[in-house]
Amino acid sequence: MSLTESFRQRTTPQLQLGNRFRALPRSAKWSLSALLIAALYLTPYWPDVPVLGWIINTPGTSFENVLTDQIMMFILVALGLNVVVGFAGLLDLGYVGFYAVGAYTTAVVTSGQFTLPWIAALPLSVIMAMIAGVILGTPTLRLRGDYLAIVTLGFGEIIRITANNSNWLGGPRGISKIARPPSIGPLQFGVLNAKPYWYLGFTVILIVIFVLTRLENSRVGRAWAAVREDEDAAELMGVDTFKFKLWAFAIGAAIGGLAGSLYASKVGFINPDNFQLQLSILFLAAVVLGGTGSMYGVIMGGFLVAWIPERFRGFSTRRYFVFGVVLVLVMVFRPQGIIPRRGAAAGIAKKGESDV
Amino acid sequence: MSHWLIYRTFWDLTVSGIVLGLIYALVALGYTMVYGVLRLINFAHSEIFMVGTFGVLISLTKVFGISLFDDGQYPYRSGFVLVAILVCSIIAAMVVSGAGAIVLERTAYRPLRGAGDAYGAVVLAFLTGLIASFLFSDHIMTNLAIAAVITGPVSFGYVRIFRRGRQAPRLAFLISAIGSSMAMAEAVATWGPEQRSVYTTPRVLEKKVLFNFLGADVRIDYVIVAIGAILMMTSLLLFVNRTRLGRGIRAVAQDAETARILGVNVNSVILVTFLLGGAMAGGAAMMFTLVYDQTRFNIGFLLGVKSFTAAVLGGIGNIKGALLGGIVLGLAENYGSSIFGGQWKDVIAFVVLLTVLMFRPTGILGESLGKARV
Repeated sequence: MSLTESFRQRTTPQLQLGNRFRALPRSAKWSLSALLIAALYLTPYWPDVPVLGWIINTPGTSFENVLTDQIMMFILVALGLNVVVGFAGLLDLGYVGFYAVGAYTTAVVTSGQFTLPWIAALPLSVIMAMIAGVILGTPTLRLRGDYLAIVTLGFGEIIRITANNSNWLGGPRGISKIARPPSIGPLQFGVLNAKPYWYLGFTVILIVIFVLTRLENSRVGRAWAAVREDEDAAELMGVDTFKFKLWAFAIGAAIGGLAGSLYASKVGFINPDNFQLQLSILFLAAVVLGGTGSMYGVIMGGFLVAWIPERFRGFSTRRYFVFGVVLVLVMVFRPQGIIPRRGAAAGIAKKGESDV
Repeated sequence: MSHWLIYRTFWDLTVSGIVLGLIYALVALGYTMVYGVLRLINFAHSEIFMVGTFGVLISLTKVFGISLFDDGQYPYRSGFVLVAILVCSIIAAMVVSGAGAIVLERTAYRPLRGAGDAYGAVVLAFLTGLIASFLFSDHIMTNLAIAAVITGPVSFGYVRIFRRGRQAPRLAFLISAIGSSMAMAEAVATWGPEQRSVYTTPRVLEKKVLFNFLGADVRIDYVIVAIGAILMMTSLLLFVNRTRLGRGIRAVAQDAETARILGVNVNSVILVTFLLGGAMAGGAAMMFTLVYDQTRFNIGFLLGVKSFTAAVLGGIGNIKGALLGGIVLGLAENYGSSIFGGQWKDVIAFVVLLTVLMFRPTGILGESLGKARV
């Protein structure tokens, strides 16, 4: 890579913005962040803002519902999958499996066989998804690269087909009347008003971002980076690669389960068709489109993958065609994603050698 | 549960399992060869297969004018004309699939390798124009006209961007593959005459039972599939092992960089690999329509996943492995769904894969074509 080339990469607009932000004094940083967070909490009201509203509103469907049923879930799932794909460099094509485990756990314990309250179902779903991650990871994480991809893809399908064939899980009809979060004061979690779900979901997203940022900059995060860049070298330097890969799988799965649980309690009804294989592929598309390994990138990717098909509903069925072409175009012209990982853009990854 | 059923129908299941397995194997060849040279799961290969089935459909209904509705009234019962029609439709499928694979390579993968050229730029510019035109018009002819006008200037811009020649990370290829797979399937679903419903393909061949094999009926279409698949695979093996271009493929699979230094034109080798994989998928498409008499815009997806499973099962990058993996998978699915019930069919395929990878992490026959990746 020539010097001018790496210089050009270093100064993409996003990075300029990021660097300028980092250069600000602490007080300005805090107030800007607070402003941004406040604006994001008010996302359900964005369609009423003059110009922004025209861009972001989804014709034909309620923007609120798109926000809570699609965008919120995709952002959470993209954050979780990013731990597996972006941080640890493991290709997981069956992530929808963990999402399904989370959703089904919430559904079964609040409506199917038991009647636990929502507040108990949420952590239980996260734990179940985590256990599923460990169960899948233990035998398969010794496989490399693309073998892992096809095995995880199989796992996602197995979960869905099992749900479809098991009466205990409602079979093809699924499970309905899933518990909603308890209403607190003005926050009424009902069918009509989707806004409280966004306040809840966005809070969860903020917590997840905080936890993941801490994790990425910790010993665990550095171990993941080592595994991602060169697994053999990491092993030789004394990193217990298997352990850290399993951690990545478990944490990624836990966030997937969290997203699934929130989804189930929002829509109140799930069936196996909600967890098709194609969804796994869309999740991965969200991560790579946004920028593998970059937290704000994958949030952007999750938003776009959920939002584009709804925004262009006027295109009717052509919108999936449009979506496919957009994926190709973004990959051709911005192969590192829309907001690339900082190290990746500066050219840490050797030419053509990096897996992610 | 009907355990006894498997004893009674064992040989029937075996015969149809082998036929299904051969179709998997032919599709798996495309995955395995592209994986060999590019280390890429070519997700869009399933759509190359799908396009091939439509090639067969068009050649049978439009070119030969065989009507769908005289079912049971086979216009060509035997003889030279029937053979000619079968040969022509398999060639049509191979041409359509091969062309699809080449366009795919040039448009969706080559620019990512930092070697984008004018062909890819024109196709990408046209697609850009097409999706931009949706903003203004719903009429397909107007869309095409707008797209054609936009193509010219935009493709010049794209060629300029391609000149930077940056190599993309491996995951970008995968997403590009997924995107083009989606675009191809949706294009057929949107602009095909039947849109999302099933197309029945006309039966040219009366499916007579030729002979009995241990109580199992062996129909004539099964025999054609078996002979055709074996012929295609043998010629592919001969091509890869005996010809100059085949040696190029093996060289690139072993080490693309060294092959390039030693004078192999890597880009044209990759193009040939896609062409061969596409042609095999086209052959599979013809055999699929011959046996199952139908197609649909999303027919490739599950079959593609299964075929890739077959390729991994046999040892990815390994041509003989694809054959073995396909047959093992076809048989396992047939026996398994007879024992556990049809609804578990897809689970069985993946459980077999998991079990095999547990004990042989690089598939039954191991990775080949190039050396195993370290």
